[in-house]
Amino acid sequence: MMDPKPSSRRELLKGAALAVGTVAAGASVSKIAFAQTPASGPATAPPSYAANEAPMVAASDDVIAYGVRSHYVTSKRIPALGRPSPDDFGLEFHVATPLQDSVGTIQASSLHYAATTKGSFIPDIDPARHTLMIDGLVGRPRIFTMADLKRFPSVTQFHFIECAGNNHSAADRTVQESHGLTSNAEWTGVLLSTLLEECGLQHEATWFVAEGAEEVKGASTMPINKAMTDVIVAYGMNGEPLRPQQGFPVRLIVPGFEGIFNTKWLRHIKAVDQYQLNMNDFGHLQRSPVNAALGYQIGPKSVITYPSGGQKLPEPGWYEITGLAWSGGGAVRKVEVSTDDGRSWKDAKLKGTPHPMAHTRFGYMWNWDGGEHVILSRTTDAIGQVQPTREEVAKALGVPYTPKFRVPGTNNTIMPWRIARDGSVTNGLA
Amino acid sequence: MGSLRIVPILLLLASPALAQTYGLGRAPTAAELAQGITISPTGVGLPPGHGTAAEGAVLYTQKLCVVCHGPAGVGGVTKAPNLQAKKGPGVDAWDRGGGGDGIPVKAPDATIVFDFIRRGMPLGNEGILTPDEVYSLTAYLLAINKIIPEDEVLDQNNLAQIKMPIGNEWARVPDWKPRAPRLAGYPY
Repeated sequence: MMDPKPSSRRELLKGAALAVGTVAAGASVSKIAFAQTPASGPATAPPSYAANEAPMVAASDDVIAYGVRSHYVTSKRIPALGRPSPDDFGLEFHVATPLQDSVGTIQASSLHYAATTKGSFIPDIDPARHTLMIDGLVGRPRIFTMADLKRFPSVTQFHFIECAGNNHSAADRTVQESHGLTSNAEWTGVLLSTLLEECGLQHEATWFVAEGAEEVKGASTMPINKAMTDVIVAYGMNGEPLRPQQGFPVRLIVPGFEGIFNTKWLRHIKAVDQYQLNMNDFGHLQRSPVNAALGYQIGPKSVITYPSGGQKLPEPGWYEITGLAWSGGGAVRKVEVSTDDGRSWKDAKLKGTPHPMAHTRFGYMWNWDGGEHVILSRTTDAIGQVQPTREEVAKALGVPYTPKFRVPGTNNTIMPWRIARDGSVTNGLA
Repeated sequence: MGSLRIVPILLLLASPALAQTYGLGRAPTAAELAQGITISPTGVGLPPGHGTAAEGAVLYTQKLCVVCHGPAGVGGVTKAPNLQAKKGPGVDAWDRGGGGDGIPVKAPDATIVFDFIRRGMPLGNEGILTPDEVYSLTAYLLAINKIIPEDEVLDQNNLAQIKMPIGNEWARVPDWKPRAPRLAGYPY
């Protein structure tokens, strides 16, 4: 028979804790009221040493358990590509990351860009029940639980993901609108090659099909060479499990390939001996072999995130022009910056170690003279590919260069930002 | 002795057949393997079943395809693509005006039309269609685009044999190699 006493004692203790909590909260409230009067002043007051005497706030359970950013930091993602997210049905489509506020190279998981195939609900997957099946041209088809996957040797790598629709144009007002469909994170998981070897991959296999567990069961076809080189079956992102929007509990990371290949909510991999156009591959159907080749692996690309569209330089003087560079072909080797619309270029400083198929932060110290300038960045990757202008792409492909010329594949051309005499920054393509 | 001990390691490195394995995971059951829905362009993996355009026409209304895609695949009320090409079989598949992705006139294999319907439709109710229903809807879409005769019965044996309008006029993705440019001779 259960003794009721322990539970009533627990109630008592809980009550006492509540009472203490109330006192503490009350104390902090009066502290806030006290602190605000002399130190903070009106919101428009200039920065001052006295303002450093900030209000003191009691920690909430949320602050203790998972942490909360400052309420002064309001940076957020926005729906992209002209379609609302969530839409009227609650589907998520494409969501752009606030690159204008980014620092360093890792994007916070909460702000990492997200995209789904043709709009999708977000699967609410119980990791204890989820499995990954590998079959097709393998000697030993296998079903792996999440616990199984975590027993294999793990890898941890920095990689960017970029949506093929990350296409800057004259209409974009900010770098979030022009380039916000790419982000970079630290991914942890098991190499797909490790799993394919576990399953006894047969030498007839030339392609593999990866399929997610969202409603449309999106599936993509990729070369087995890629699988055996660097594809990660990832369960970790930036030090914690993947977020549901990023494919929880397990997704593919296909370094340097267009975003859609990075299959989320991964449930099935099939080794095959023929290229097959699957649901997610249909967008890659092309008549021209040039367009087909360029719409696969992402080219060398960079963009200045500060100063960028919508921002304003308050006065002439020194600023660090900073931004991100990346390439599907390898690590970033070099970034150059121009402050005179491409007439001259200076090497920017790369921050930290550039990693293969990862965002690299660059910076260039610039003493703004208060005049009109168009600022650009251009990157070169480890295999010597150089980020082009739109005109250079048209010339290389032997097609007329007109305002309507569309860069094949993911648009990796140079992005200009125009700085006016009042310091305001606008889209240089406009 | 020392050099002899290295021999098995060298063998291991030399032969992918002897790659390191860990004995993790389990073999799928036959039922689990059968649940895979990936099908090859030659029809491997298609489920048994059959259907006609006439049956598909009924389902097209019954399963509410018509609400988004419009009567006979023309003029739907949402952003869903037209499913009947504007121009007939006399015109190049790339120029027929298929709407959206151009399915079904631009699909290089009829299996792709089947796969698309089975995975992705009806939007919001994916996965409800039986194989017979998917064969019927595939037949309907191919018939309204004059790719197959109205009375053809589609099944797992003949679906992959259908001659699609695009023929061989589509680009294969080039072989991928690590640390190689995207396109030979293209510097960007």
